[in-house]
Amino acid sequence: MQDNSNGLAIAKRAKEDRYQGHDYYLVDELLSQDHLLAREAVRAWVKQEVTPIIEAYADKAQCPTHLFKGLAEIGAFGPSLPVEYGGGGMDEIAYGVIMQELERGDSGVRSMASVQGSLVMYPIYKYGSEEQRRKYLPKLGSGEFIGCFGLTEPDHGSNPGGMVTHIKDDGDAYILNGAKMWITNSPVADIAIVWAKDEQGIVRGLIVEKDMKGFSAPEIKGKWSLRASITGELVFEDVRVPKSHVLPNIQGLKGPLSCLSKARYGIAWGAIGAALDCYDSALRYSQERIQFGKPIGQFQLIQKKLAEMITEITKAQLLVWRLGVLANEGRATPAQISMAKRNNVMMALEVAREARQIHGGMGITNEYPVMRHMMNLETVLTYEGTHDIHLLITGMDVTGLNAFV
Amino acid sequence: MKLLVCISKVPDTNAKIAFTNNQTEYDTAGVQYIMNPYDEWYALVRALELKEALGGSVTLVHVGTADSETIIRKGLAIGADDAVRIDADPKSALFVAQQIAELARNEHYDIIFLGKETIDYNGAEIGAMVAEYLDLPYISYANHLEVNGTVASVTREIEGGAEEVEVNLPFVVSAAKGMAEQRIPNMRGIMMAKTKPLKVLPPVPIEDKAVVVMYQTPPAKSSVKLVAPENMDELVRLLHEEAKVI
Repeated sequence: MQDNSNGLAIAKRAKEDRYQGHDYYLVDELLSQDHLLAREAVRAWVKQEVTPIIEAYADKAQCPTHLFKGLAEIGAFGPSLPVEYGGGGMDEIAYGVIMQELERGDSGVRSMASVQGSLVMYPIYKYGSEEQRRKYLPKLGSGEFIGCFGLTEPDHGSNPGGMVTHIKDDGDAYILNGAKMWITNSPVADIAIVWAKDEQGIVRGLIVEKDMKGFSAPEIKGKWSLRASITGELVFEDVRVPKSHVLPNIQGLKGPLSCLSKARYGIAWGAIGAALDCYDSALRYSQERIQFGKPIGQFQLIQKKLAEMITEITKAQLLVWRLGVLANEGRATPAQISMAKRNNVMMALEVAREARQIHGGMGITNEYPVMRHMMNLETVLTYEGTHDIHLLITGMDVTGLNAFV
Repeated sequence: MKLLVCISKVPDTNAKIAFTNNQTEYDTAGVQYIMNPYDEWYALVRALELKEALGGSVTLVHVGTADSETIIRKGLAIGADDAVRIDADPKSALFVAQQIAELARNEHYDIIFLGKETIDYNGAEIGAMVAEYLDLPYISYANHLEVNGTVASVTREIEGGAEEVEVNLPFVVSAAKGMAEQRIPNMRGIMMAKTKPLKVLPPVPIEDKAVVVMYQTPPAKSSVKLVAPENMDELVRLLHEEAKVI
């Protein structure tokens, strides 16, 4: 009877968001005032806007699209881009910290911001004409426009170079044909950054607007992961895209790959947020849940799980901090980013699984955030370069030998 | 409108409470600090709303050492125009009140805002002291404030009801829940705050009139005893002999 009442009392309190950060190695001392203030602000925003609604949206497999506006207001879209182009003028570590706090709430909410900032605003800023920058970036930064990024195709995931989506010269426009798959935000997007091959087989980037004739973006249903994020296809049937919509300053696959490096960098930080939320919940549960007359946190096997979780989280925190310093200096290589993305996402998934076990049966319910994070992280493990592909990138980097072909 | 908002630094609500030095000092080891929520959510935000509606400026004042600058910066990020930090350890309410009064004496603020209390010591003393030092009216526990020309109408929380007050500017007011809604700073505000003026002034020397002899923590909660519904006599006995409430 005592155990029962304890269980019910704990479950009731689980609904309030009692999250607090964990910083075992005092990594906060390596952060600046900007970073700490950004983190505090986004954490407060997540507690106010995301936690109260996220389980219901994930349950219904609906995207809380009203959060786009809030994400824009808080400054989560392109925080490291210059202010004059709708960004926040912050550094790469601030961007990472923001992604971490958003993913602490939900990987889907973090994805909403990652795509807008790293995959839509970044390529327009980096490769767009001044006119394109002025036309789109302020609207994307303020959330008036939602963007998406089309690289992956139904038959070309890990091998984007094999893409079949293509453009054909037609005077003052290109005619775009093809299809893209697994596109975050696509059914609600106003614009899509689409990567397609020209007649010479060179990859080009285009800004496709939702009203262009022949363009549609049907939703992909039935996901058991990232359920609060909307995913779709991009279908192009003879879409006439004016030549002024081509990103003039990039040709080749390095265009989309450089965007992915930005986004993967954010994911390396973000995954720690999901891990911290799981650890935080598990630690609290282990102190409150009584079995055999004592808190379960007093048992060695629970302590082993918690100790290993915080050890892995701490290692990941140090990894992204160093990666952030390198990124600020413009020295973070794509291979270094791959290592951090791969390591931290798997770390988060393993932490989520262990945390799920510590919560016992309650861990499978939406009374706690753990199972939702765990399911989300299965996507995060696969998108933006799969776990295995990132391993091969590291392998290629250290041996100088390409295992892809 | 020239507005002053007094902001204080308090331990995070999750902070562990312990004392050192023979129970005479709060143990700050490992404690995270936040801006006092009554100052941040209600006093500062209402001041900003008045500035937005009527024009003017919002200045922050904080009595504290350099490590509280993150809190001042947060206030600037939320929207204050500039800030003054009196560079001293805020030893007592009297000390803090005199520092604020000395700053405000020559600045002629229309309204001086503070939170109704800090969530650490819950003294609720500084507002009254500042008002007394400056010979200004003081309205405490205000949960609504409107300004009309040179007159403000203020609603105060009182036991079991509300009191409506009219007061001429200038005055000192302490803000309670309901006066405004919390504002979360955005990234642009955080970056802009870096360029806003933050003046650091030395404290006015003041002698403390009281010292803390000892802090005591409440006794630890004991476990719950469950009594079966049919066993009323036992319940009465426990309430009488152990809990001593009947």
